[in-house]
Amino acid sequence: MASAPSKLYADDVSLLVVLLDTNPFFWSSSPLPFSKFISHVLAFLNTTLRLHQLNQVVVIATGYNCCDYIYDSSSATNQSSGTGMMPAFCSNLLEKLDKFVTRDEQLEKGGQEGGIASSLLSGSLSMALCYIQRIFRSGPLHPHPRILCLHGSPDGPEQYVAIMNAIFSAQRSMVPIDSCYIGAQNSAFLQQASYITGGVYLKPQILDGLFQYLSTVYATDLHSRGSLQLPKSVGVDFRASCFCHKRTIDMGYICSVCLSIFCMHHKKCSTCGSVFGQAQSDVASTSNKRKTPDT
Amino acid sequence: MNNGDGKRLNGEAEEEDEDDLDGEGREAWERTYTDERSWESLQEDESGLLCPVDDKILHHAQYRRRLRSLSSTTTASRIQKGLIRYLYIVIDLSKAAAEMDFKPSRMAVVAKHVEAFVREFFDQNPLSQISLVTIKDGVAHCLTDLGGSPESHVKALMGKLESSGDSSLQNALDLVHGYLTQIPSYGHREVLILYSALSTCDPGDIMHTIQKCKNAKIRCSVIGLSAEIFICKHICQETGGLYSIALDESHFKELILEHAPPPPAIAEFAIASLIKMGFPQRAAENVISICVCHKEAKGGGYTCPRCKARVCELPAECRICGLTLVSSPHLARSYHHLFPIMPFEDVAPTQHKLPKTCFGCQQSLLSSGSRTTLSVTCPKCRRCFCFDCDIYIHESLHNCPGCESLRHSKSVNTAEA
Repeated sequence: MASAPSKLYADDVSLLVVLLDTNPFFWSSSPLPFSKFISHVLAFLNTTLRLHQLNQVVVIATGYNCCDYIYDSSSATNQSSGTGMMPAFCSNLLEKLDKFVTRDEQLEKGGQEGGIASSLLSGSLSMALCYIQRIFRSGPLHPHPRILCLHGSPDGPEQYVAIMNAIFSAQRSMVPIDSCYIGAQNSAFLQQASYITGGVYLKPQILDGLFQYLSTVYATDLHSRGSLQLPKSVGVDFRASCFCHKRTIDMGYICSVCLSIFCMHHKKCSTCGSVFGQAQSDVASTSNKRKTPDT
Repeated sequence: MNNGDGKRLNGEAEEEDEDDLDGEGREAWERTYTDERSWESLQEDESGLLCPVDDKILHHAQYRRRLRSLSSTTTASRIQKGLIRYLYIVIDLSKAAAEMDFKPSRMAVVAKHVEAFVREFFDQNPLSQISLVTIKDGVAHCLTDLGGSPESHVKALMGKLESSGDSSLQNALDLVHGYLTQIPSYGHREVLILYSALSTCDPGDIMHTIQKCKNAKIRCSVIGLSAEIFICKHICQETGGLYSIALDESHFKELILEHAPPPPAIAEFAIASLIKMGFPQRAAENVISICVCHKEAKGGGYTCPRCKARVCELPAECRICGLTLVSSPHLARSYHHLFPIMPFEDVAPTQHKLPKTCFGCQQSLLSSGSRTTLSVTCPKCRRCFCFDCDIYIHESLHNCPGCESLRHSKSVNTAEA
């Protein structure tokens, strides 16, 4: 990185941080097998590296129990040797990925809580942002970073605050978060992430053509995006989920002290412990007050 | 100064001579060098060449001390912050504001930093509102009404930068008091006065006005640009605000930005209550309808969940049914105040089994050259981070990447303990 002549950093040089979902619970039920998915992704990563000599790719695996860096093109040993690079790049990545998946499996404690098997998106997002900050620190001339989430697992509600923190931090440092969602239902987290940071959210219709989606939508650098017609958002779900029942609501009560969201009137805030006085004059609230017992 | 010199004169005459040289015999620019003694921190390497002073570690230590003092005050009690704030920024535009001790002038410096402050304020307090008030010719004027859009405030302020006449604290407080008594009881009422003048020219008894503000639970803070004034100190003491004096421009910036994070909520200042709010969904870009705010037909926008009216921007109050409309990201912006991450601990460089790279950014922790760079570790997940990541994580990200990438972080923690 530092050795590269700085004048070569034009505005079409990108740093692509790919967050790869490796959640075994998702892939075991996915219509697209993981091996096929990986072959699409490897081809895409190679394309990105070939688009510009100085393009940089970092891959972070998002597992069920942990997250880790599995590939960094700037630290790859034989990057410069032209012909030997392509197989080395793939085998490097696959080897690391293999190790990661085994480790992820070992960390599994068996006590899988029933229901949602989400991946640790908040962890890999945080790591990606830390890495990008390092690139920003490296000097006034650096590749333009962006994050691409290749995600399939459902959202984990317990990660809500952490993911939101990461999104706002990305927004502040102007890093777009692109997301390509391979799962069944739309992901509200990724929709919001892409909307807030100005990235692209896409849910491919035909998974067999994943490479085409990746190369036509996500391979473009930030500079050329201005002149392209990229997929537009089809409405974003901005509804909140209440803290008491985790229900998604479109109207609710907000604690004025800590901004916790509740779907009905409570006497005391469960987050900050403040005792509520008179609720805002509202017929519904007073009737609710009588009905709900102390929790 | 004179007194001190006089005393020493009795004892040692030589000392007096030196003092005289240090204090008065030199120009101001010389004195800064004498005080700082910057050459003493220079170091030589093995071959006798001068090394550049590495103040990164020093900066980092200062930063961590501040972080720790902040966290000790917040963890002591349950975290309650005044997140819904109604802030009046009073800007003194009397003749004193035209003085040029701050370059190019006091008011230009004030305006520049108020702009930065307003943006930072809305970033940290998404549901709060600001209004700008100016004092000129002894009269206070409301420049902008309470509102949540940074652009309109900044624009109004930049257009009105002229100074004249005297300054009047009482008139400003009376005006603000009149407005702030009308806001809902759950909101935190605050005034931030940026005061350039050294006097106040009041029509009546200012003590009476201060009592009125105190009774109305208005927290008044003052940042002075000249010298400390008793009446300002009195206002701040009585109403629970902060009084500070800016030494120079960078200090002023620091002082004003201290007011951006939400202050600790004081139970008696604002009554906690549940506010009914709506979370409208964003409509798709190709669905055209007429909005209630501009009465224009356009795509996008948000639909009020109660009366189905279309509004263009959030946060807003529905013009039809009066429901407060917010989006969940607005609320989520302030959640990091409620779930702060613990300050990281220092790692002794002698400790073995240190990981080679920073967990966050993969930067090598092994150091450039012979000295080992210091690293820090999260007390929960025990991952090591470099200094830069530490600052980024606590200042901007508000997530520990290590803790976030561990599913069973809680059980691991208890097992270790």
